[in-house]
Amino acid sequence: MKGKGFGILVTFCMMFLFWLLLSGIFDTLHLTAGLICSAIVALISHDMIIKGDEEKILSKSFKLAIYIPWELWQIVLANLDVAYRVLHPKMPIDPLIIEFDTTLRSDLALVTLANSITLTPGTITIGITNGRFCVHAIAKEPAEALTVDGTMQQKVADVYMEW
Amino acid sequence: MLEIIVSAFLAVGIFFMLVGAVGLLRFPDFYTRLHATGKCDTLGEVLIIVGLLLYHLFHYPETPLVCVKLLFLILFIFITNPTATYALMRSAYKTGVKPWKLGDERQ
Repeated sequence: MKGKGFGILVTFCMMFLFWLLLSGIFDTLHLTAGLICSAIVALISHDMIIKGDEEKILSKSFKLAIYIPWELWQIVLANLDVAYRVLHPKMPIDPLIIEFDTTLRSDLALVTLANSITLTPGTITIGITNGRFCVHAIAKEPAEALTVDGTMQQKVADVYMEW
Repeated sequence: MLEIIVSAFLAVGIFFMLVGAVGLLRFPDFYTRLHATGKCDTLGEVLIIVGLLLYHLFHYPETPLVCVKLLFLILFIFITNPTATYALMRSAYKTGVKPWKLGDERQ
């Protein structure tokens, strides 16, 4: 019960801050409307954002903040990689579909890894069933970077503390 | 100086959008085309928005909330673009679109 109240409060604050930044009007009418809307949203959907274990949220957010710059750099590399393959006269592609298992189980961790795979060089997530990933790779090297090397799985597992 | 930096951001963004479009035309099948659009559109759009953000920040500093809204746009593009790519890939795979292999005909 205590965790639920905490979740509602955090969601409410986030939603109200979002409202203030988007509206930018600070008279009584708009503030009241914002308060009411944020309260309704927080009551209905608090469990989508904050789930149970509130002790770890701070350290997880901190680790996520370290993970994101690395991910941004990977996105730049991914774009250069695709640009090279698109603009090369012979188009050096050799697509294949690979599958591999991860130890991750929570929804948020799986979504983070799936979106990271899609944004990093040469690979796109096709499907996830019970932590088993199905990935389309555009050539052999990016597929091997994912299955053999596994740096990204390690990093996402570190962020969400699920080994 | 500001104009040069903003133009550089816009130019690189447009270059990546263009690469995405060329890839859409050149790549042989549905999955590989999504590689081109899913990645290049994300970075292209984000670079263009960063260019607009810098321009607005230095030319119209009296309305900083516009910059905040542009930052939100960047955040949502980073979440929704790979998710939409994933949804397209999954639905194509489930309905049995055959992946192209080296040596096949273009689809």
